[in-house]
Amino acid sequence: MARNLKSGAVDSDRDAVLQKVIKKYIRQKGALIPILQEAQEALGHLSEESLDYIARATGRTLAQVYGVATFYTQFRLEPIGRHLVRICHGTACHVGGAEDIDASVCGHLGLSDEGGNTEDMEFTVEKVVCVGACSLAPIILVDGVAHGRLTADKARNVIKSYQKQK
Amino acid sequence: MAKKRDRVVVGLATCGIAAGGVAVKNELLKEVKKQHLDAEVAETGCIGYCFAEVLVEVEKEGMPRVIYGDITPADVSALVDSHLVDGKILKEKALLIEGRKTAEADFLKRQKRIVLRNCGLIDPESIDDYIAHGGYEGLKKALKGMTPGQVRQEVLDAGLRGRGGAGFPTGQKWNFCAGAEGEDKYIVCNADEGDPGAFMDRSVLEGDPHAVIEGMIIGGYAIGATHGYIYCRAEYPLAVKRLRMGIRDAKKKRFLGRDILGKGYNLDIVVKEGAGAFVCGEETAMIASIEGTRGMPRPRPPFPANKGIWRMPTNINNVETLANVPWIIRNGARKYAAIGTEGSKGTKVFCLTGKVRRGGLAEVAMGTTLREVIFGVGGGIKDNRAFKAVQIGGPSGGCLPSALLDTPVDYDSLPAAGAIMGSGGMVIVDDRTCMVDLAKYFLTFTQMESCGKCIPCRLGTKRMLEILIRICEGKGEPADIGLLQELALDIKESSLCALGGTAPNPVLTTLRYFKDEFKAHIFDKRCPAGYCVDLVTFHIDPEKCTGCTVCVRNCPSGSITGEKKKPHAIDLDTCIRCRECLRRCRFDAVYTE
Repeated sequence: MARNLKSGAVDSDRDAVLQKVIKKYIRQKGALIPILQEAQEALGHLSEESLDYIARATGRTLAQVYGVATFYTQFRLEPIGRHLVRICHGTACHVGGAEDIDASVCGHLGLSDEGGNTEDMEFTVEKVVCVGACSLAPIILVDGVAHGRLTADKARNVIKSYQKQK
Repeated sequence: MAKKRDRVVVGLATCGIAAGGVAVKNELLKEVKKQHLDAEVAETGCIGYCFAEVLVEVEKEGMPRVIYGDITPADVSALVDSHLVDGKILKEKALLIEGRKTAEADFLKRQKRIVLRNCGLIDPESIDDYIAHGGYEGLKKALKGMTPGQVRQEVLDAGLRGRGGAGFPTGQKWNFCAGAEGEDKYIVCNADEGDPGAFMDRSVLEGDPHAVIEGMIIGGYAIGATHGYIYCRAEYPLAVKRLRMGIRDAKKKRFLGRDILGKGYNLDIVVKEGAGAFVCGEETAMIASIEGTRGMPRPRPPFPANKGIWRMPTNINNVETLANVPWIIRNGARKYAAIGTEGSKGTKVFCLTGKVRRGGLAEVAMGTTLREVIFGVGGGIKDNRAFKAVQIGGPSGGCLPSALLDTPVDYDSLPAAGAIMGSGGMVIVDDRTCMVDLAKYFLTFTQMESCGKCIPCRLGTKRMLEILIRICEGKGEPADIGLLQELALDIKESSLCALGGTAPNPVLTTLRYFKDEFKAHIFDKRCPAGYCVDLVTFHIDPEKCTGCTVCVRNCPSGSITGEKKKPHAIDLDTCIRCRECLRRCRFDAVYTE
């Protein structure tokens, strides 16, 4: 697991964020998932240190917390780039050419077709299963904003428009 | 009499937003202000005409209501000038004109809308609008004039069956939970719509959240629930937002919370966001997830009705099931049971997607034929191509060929054909889709989503997928078809939950109806649909090629030659079959063989 938070100042910031999140749910039974969701929302990803903190503060073992964090696809243990590109691979998108969109977006950003982070940490590309907007297939989400009815060319242009926003 | 204000409504569900609906709404606001018009610009959920997003509906006194489709910000000023200023319908963009025949009118006319009764009509963020359309009447009727037992009987008499896929009679499920002993009792709405290709639950949650909330309160009253959860996919942020808003507003009106409608019944509803695990659609896995652990199913019995959340009686119903409930209570079981077939009552919402011309939400009476749904409502196949198959029920369902188009959609006929009703995804594919690849696609999904608890599902789906991958790569062996069949039946029989129990269905149905395609891959090393890259060669049609050199410049292996404005050619010996030319060509000149 990556250890990204190096300086002491950042650590105490992180702990303050986690403390606040945990305090909100401390009285609720079985609230581990919302705690992890809000922690990730605030910190971008769940580092080993964060998981350890949550485990201790909620009286769980690290194994329990790690087990939950790795079971659900929403949780990420590694940092992500500035823009998050999610390529939909639902059935309609698959039939509509999602693999071509993968190739076009990843090729343009210099990534393998599997996606991942770009070297400059500007983009993270991941594949997701069905965002539920099938009539606009094939579709991608960039930072949560949907771009539909794509072709390989249009998908590339969408990415270009985010590259310009520097 | 005062003149009624003109009203312009933009469809802003997720799909409307994705198509650029927000920009259209902003442009409308700007235009109305600029021209000093007295018109209200509002928003609504999804009416289901997804193929023609962005949708704008205009109401003007003295004119029929018109729904316009395919509106971009650039169309807005012409639309406002014509309809609102001059009082003339902008014909070329009109999809639907009240009282008149238009080309796309069939899409709605051939539907029977109960679940989607308010979708695209009301403002989903306004409880008053919901009430004005008969909302919470069912709840009032239930709480003021019926005992919990009478409510359960009414739903049982209506013949409502679970719309999440399994089709279990809802009234019976409620009876089980009502009869179970427990200090607390839970009612849960399963809004973890994870089937790829299905989005009807999202449309209902976004377009008519109160229908689900009202259904849940009635269900809670019927079983004596003390707590309510809506387990909603985190990938549906707009649905989550509108549910939370709806719950808050319902509490203010005393439809929810303590002493509902002064009748002494208490219920609180909390929205739980799922964290992305397909298996959590399974009841016992969902319960584990609500309790904050890994969402893995457990053996039944004990059934959730007896021992569910925190070992207390728990009843779980799907979004669409609950959205039916207020209508049933309001209109009576008899009226509901008059719709549909002997064993399947009411309607079912399908999501038409894929290569169908009019993709979108189609709610039809049970027993309607697939042909009517795909060709009547959906308007047939896109780009005048040939219908090949319809995939129903997502990763748990099956692919049916054209010979079975006259199969009625109900809980008995579809399983007989090897498919299932499922949650309602209907993906239509044409002759360019490879059925072996489609089976591989679904297996990739279920294999990835298998939670790993039981061996048949965890290892079995992996082995099946490996076989399908090698068939698509041209490395299939003669024994593979038999091996797939054997594995499929074993996995179905011995898996712990429905995920594994239904995962082989897409493979079994494609083997049943499209065996020739499997054989072509295995024995002739050929992909009849021209899709599997290892089995096809790429060519350029000299008739269509304009000689634009885009493919020449982008071919990574330098295999394409040709001068500007003259047809190009691909050197098959050096071609690495990366599909780049196929993706880049704007003239449809590259084809596969």
